[in-house]
Amino acid sequence: MELTRRDAVAALGALGVGGTLSGCVAPPGAEPLDVDRIREVLVAAAEVVYPSEVTGTATFVESFLEGRLEDPTHAAGLDEAVADLDEHAAVWFDESFAALSIEDRDRALRGIGAADADENPDGTTAERVRYYVVNDLLLALYASPAGGELVGIENPQGHAGGLDSYQRGPGA
Amino acid sequence: MSWDRPPAQSAGSRTDGDAERSADADVDRTPVADADVCVIGAGPAGGIVADRLADAGLEVVVLEAGPRFDPSDRHARQERAIRPAYDRPAVWDGHPERDAYESSGARHYPLNYTRAKGVGGSTLHWQGMVMRLHEDDFNSASARGVGPDWPIDYEDLRPYYAEAERELGIAGADDNPFAPPREEPHPMPAFPPSYSDSLFAEACEELEIAMHSVPNARNSERYDGRSACVGYGTCEPVCPSGAKYDATVHVERAETKGATVIDRVPVQRLAHGPDAIDAAVYAAPDGEEHRQHADAFVVACGGVETPRLLLLSESSHYPDGLANSSGTVGKFFMEHLFAGTGGILDERTRLNHVGFLTSESHQFYDDADAEYAPFKLEFLNYGGPAALEMAPPAMALEGEDWGDDLLERLRTEYGNQIGVGALVEQLPREDSYIGLDPDRTDDRGNPVPDVHWTIDDRALRTLDRANEIQERVLGELGAEITWQVGPENAGPAFHHMGTTRMSDDPAESVVGPDLRTHDLENCWIASSSVFPTGGATNPTLTIAALALKAADHVLEVL
Repeated sequence: MELTRRDAVAALGALGVGGTLSGCVAPPGAEPLDVDRIREVLVAAAEVVYPSEVTGTATFVESFLEGRLEDPTHAAGLDEAVADLDEHAAVWFDESFAALSIEDRDRALRGIGAADADENPDGTTAERVRYYVVNDLLLALYASPAGGELVGIENPQGHAGGLDSYQRGPGA
Repeated sequence: MSWDRPPAQSAGSRTDGDAERSADADVDRTPVADADVCVIGAGPAGGIVADRLADAGLEVVVLEAGPRFDPSDRHARQERAIRPAYDRPAVWDGHPERDAYESSGARHYPLNYTRAKGVGGSTLHWQGMVMRLHEDDFNSASARGVGPDWPIDYEDLRPYYAEAERELGIAGADDNPFAPPREEPHPMPAFPPSYSDSLFAEACEELEIAMHSVPNARNSERYDGRSACVGYGTCEPVCPSGAKYDATVHVERAETKGATVIDRVPVQRLAHGPDAIDAAVYAAPDGEEHRQHADAFVVACGGVETPRLLLLSESSHYPDGLANSSGTVGKFFMEHLFAGTGGILDERTRLNHVGFLTSESHQFYDDADAEYAPFKLEFLNYGGPAALEMAPPAMALEGEDWGDDLLERLRTEYGNQIGVGALVEQLPREDSYIGLDPDRTDDRGNPVPDVHWTIDDRALRTLDRANEIQERVLGELGAEITWQVGPENAGPAFHHMGTTRMSDDPAESVVGPDLRTHDLENCWIASSSVFPTGGATNPTLTIAALALKAADHVLEVL
């Protein structure tokens, strides 16, 4: 299944970010963010946490990120979590996170504790990476109709998919 | 008066009470001069009363303990509802000190999961099921041999029910053969049954169990200037579309008619003489206390805070609590008990597309007697007791897996669930009550409410009976049962009732059939706290009907 920019817009709808994505990646007055690094790390992380049968991950993640960064609080937390993950990769693998192989990215995420941790935006490094990186990506995918279809639900919670799908049987 | 609008908060930011107080320091929270009526509480009862009285030209002021929420924050609240980082109270900015409580009964009562403080009250997080009580619910002693009779009959409330259905905006059909008689169609057509309802229908036909639609306080088509439901699926605890009714509808309508709403001002006590309330003493966010005078007072704080406020207002005239000459304030706390049975089928059931129910059965409701309570069956459109627990994407955010492993788990665990719920009546008992905890205070120094919840044997027997019927239904479907909620682990349905009961007899109740307190000539109570018995239908429609009745009685006097 190919993820598209349209799927990303649908995922953002669950978060109340609607309309057209302007391309603005940092809100006025916010602390400067390393947007390029955030983009690279999230696309790289998505290749780990998304199932192998989806394609178009980079476009999907970058489009989702455009909307996500419009929230200054979330953007700041994301920036910090990404920096922590990148630093962890540098210490353990001598490379930035995005430069690692998919296998090593998986090891890096598990090594920082993101697999075992409960998400928490104000928590430990592991809990924040789980929240801002792993779970934000999973929320984007599985709250979108494209991600829902992977599981068998065209209208997952958070998506305003209307009132038809709940009446349809599996063969419809 | 102008109102501040707090900035939209991302799901990642916690509410900071001090920052909130600082941010709205310039908001005018001083009392309204020459108020005719002071309404305490901005939930559905308070909102409807305020709207009705403002419409009649009265000067109305509404005092609300919680904040006014910015509608533009609802998507951020929806994200909180889905993400495991946030528990239920966080969705509507629950405050651990403001909302502190104790639970001293044999069963823990999770009070802050059952309520939301703010303009809109607990309708902000309710699911929106709206049924009339059955005729026998008003005559429990006479018809079933247990509990008290209400001092009013179904016929007394019938016109108010019809009015309440129009006010809230209800989608429903006249297809429930067990419901009490009605005089006109619902304002909107019912939502069509779900696919899983069709699976249940085959099993129920074999078992001769009648299914029918659920009246929902959510728009099946555009109504009252609000959107039709778009299927966000997070109705409980937040509807971002506004299709689900909440009491901000009536609060804002009251404001357009001249009412004044003051938020973040918990009422500390009601200053009074022997026969009447003089003022509601409330605390502003800056800590200053104000006195709101009025000719009439309507207490509409729900089944917990209403008795708490009366108990906090004790005096030399009323040493056991205001309006408590009968000694019944806080007594007879009732809930509806949830029973449920669920499992998995070997076929797809297509649950969790929407966050509300479309079919139920009242077939067993009126079999109630002294041995068994009334109850109704609910055919769940979601997999477990809680709508969000067994649904993507929430399922994806928990666990130690991702990638292909996660997708495989989701495909395995989601899609084959099935479940039947039930609501069961609990009888009123003196040892089930809301009191004041002597050892713990809230952020204003007031004793916190102590929920002492006790369940009667009739309700426990009925939970067993509901479970047996649920097992038969699931057995007919061929389901493997994987969970059950019954007498051992039944929880509350988040309906607070009975703590300022209504009766003709002042010696055994707090209010009369006109909803006015027996003790105070200018104090009415609009709340499920006046219910003498709870029946087994969701209470909000009856709350709304009684609020309309209370408003009429206030108007008769002023």
